[in-house]
Amino acid sequence: MAILTFVEVSEGKIKKASLEAAAYSSKIAETSGAESVAVVLGEASADEVSSLGKVGVKVVYHAADARFNTFNSKVYSKAIAEAADKASAELVVLSFNQNGKFLGPRIAVRLSAGYIPGASELPVLEGGKLSAKKNVFSGKASATYQIVTAKKVVALTPNSFPIVKGEGTATVEAFSPSVSDADFGVKVKSVDKVTGTIPLTEAEVVVSGGRGLKGPENWWMIEDLAKEMGAATACSRPVADVDWRPHHEHVGQTGITVRPNLYIAVGISGAIQHLAGVNQSKVIVVINNDPEAPFFKAADYGIVGDAFEVMPKLIEEYKKFKAAH
Amino acid sequence: MKILVPITKVPDTTSKIAFADNNTKFNSDGVTFIMNPTDEWYALTRAVELKEANAGSEVVVINVGAADNEQIIRKALAIGADRAVRVDANPTDAFFVASQIAAYAQTENFDLVITGKETIDFNSFQVGGMVAELLDWQAVGLVNKLEVAGTTATLTREIEGGTETVETSLPLVVGATKDLAQARIPNMKGIMGARTKAIQVVPVTAVESRTEITSFTLPEKAKQVKLVSPDNVGELVRLLHEEAKVI
Ligand SMILES: Cc1cc2nc3c(=O)[nH]c(=O)nc-3n(C[C@H](O)[C@H](O)[C@H](O)COP(=O)(O)OP(=O)(O)OC[C@H]3O[C@@H](n4cnc5c(N)ncnc54)[C@H](O)[C@@H]3O)c2cc1C
Repeated sequence: MAILTFVEVSEGKIKKASLEAAAYSSKIAETSGAESVAVVLGEASADEVSSLGKVGVKVVYHAADARFNTFNSKVYSKAIAEAADKASAELVVLSFNQNGKFLGPRIAVRLSAGYIPGASELPVLEGGKLSAKKNVFSGKASATYQIVTAKKVVALTPNSFPIVKGEGTATVEAFSPSVSDADFGVKVKSVDKVTGTIPLTEAEVVVSGGRGLKGPENWWMIEDLAKEMGAATACSRPVADVDWRPHHEHVGQTGITVRPNLYIAVGISGAIQHLAGVNQSKVIVVINNDPEAPFFKAADYGIVGDAFEVMPKLIEEYKKFKAAH
Repeated sequence: MKILVPITKVPDTTSKIAFADNNTKFNSDGVTFIMNPTDEWYALTRAVELKEANAGSEVVVINVGAADNEQIIRKALAIGADRAVRVDANPTDAFFVASQIAAYAQTENFDLVITGKETIDFNSFQVGGMVAELLDWQAVGLVNKLEVAGTTATLTREIEGGTETVETSLPLVVGATKDLAQARIPNMKGIMGARTKAIQVVPVTAVESRTEITSFTLPEKAKQVKLVSPDNVGELVRLLHEEAKVI
């Protein structure tokens, strides 16, 4: 059997979240004696595509067709389902990232497959069924989902599976899915992207600020620390609501869900709706001047203190640490 | 323009989460249920705004669930939906729900289906994408702006680190997220009006579920925070490096 990973490229580069998905598939392939196959849609260099071999992918179907350079859930679903048939894949894996969230269910329907959205661990395969854990109730619990159909689709939560790179290059096969011009039909008019910063959903470290920082003029504390640490910046909802920060930085129940290795919360009280977006972080650090702030109950490390005093010190200490390591 | 808005019922955000039957079922004892926030605040409200701006339009809400879901259906009618459909069934999985919605959507000529981005109980983002595939329509998810002119829709959606503006044509499935609309509180007129609006109960379409939840787990007990003195910030950096190993 084969396991097919949908690997997303953006401006010719493989997305980190997709690399995690490919590494995840290769691991499942290794333990179940299957072959790890990937499909790439859109233009990317041969080197970039064959580098999937480093995470255990053996064969890549590459549709180097410029029409696929922009995302479209309908035509992507068709093409990926066709790739799954071509590989005789029983399992299709993709990332549960922004595009994957809308694409996964489409592929599942197309393949008459059961679907697990947002798996956070390796699956268990037994008697033709596949089970995997995922977070539910906005991180307040987890559930084991079981797929009972012959074909299966799993979307992997970003930053939940480590990428371990080895040696190897994948064989690249040209792939021309049978789609028509009419299937495309979603035109990108403009993209508004902060360049030169790390996307929040892919960041390993996130430095986040709340209303405790008093105003946008004080955000240098968050930005400087983030810059030193190679981290992404985030904020609580009220901060985005009053336009101290852009909306795409807002994390929580109504914003983005993040799952970094390290989440540093500065001047954020830790309301349940905020925690819903960050409680899957591996380590949480809270800096707040109120020892009763609820966030301390969800934190691994904390400093009870004034952010305006603690943050400059933390930036200095981190610089010293970086210089010594 | 005819717009279909699927709505669902979820435990209130602040609910205590507990499980029953040997951790195989959600324990709803003492839990208050609400309309899923993104369904209500963004999907439904944007649908009502579009209706108000386009004479002759209609907004239909659809729910797959038992009779006690009528409370949230009435609320949706009070916010401004014209009529409601309830598929009389206990949902077994997302595919089951999506199949019911798609089956109903095929009985009328809808231009738009607007869903909330995800439910706050299972956080699975499934129904919108599945309905789109079942109908073989275009779909755009994580949408925070939606304008319709004739049969052309212009939408802004969230992408990693920013937004993207796209144009496509109807019919279309939209997954709504924050800022798509300004949430509304139903007024007295809406609440009174909702009492006389129709809730049509339709029978279930037979479909096999494709997934099941075999067990739930609660996180291990609350974390114990390790406090560092504000006069010794270097200690925090050391702990993050040596103990937590995250830097
Ligand atoms: C349905 C619903 C959905 C919501 N969704 C979200 C969501 O997605 N994301 C989200 O973030 N919120 C969300 N909220 C809002 C949430 O309930 C809180 O109101 C919000 O998270 C609070 O933001 P904050 O912590 O920045 O501000 P506050 O609650 O005002 O907290 C500020 C904190 O800063 C501390 N502080 C003050 N001065 C200093 C100082 N000098 N140094 C250090 N600390 C200081 C204070 O002790 C306090 O703890 C939602 C609310 C509802 C009802």
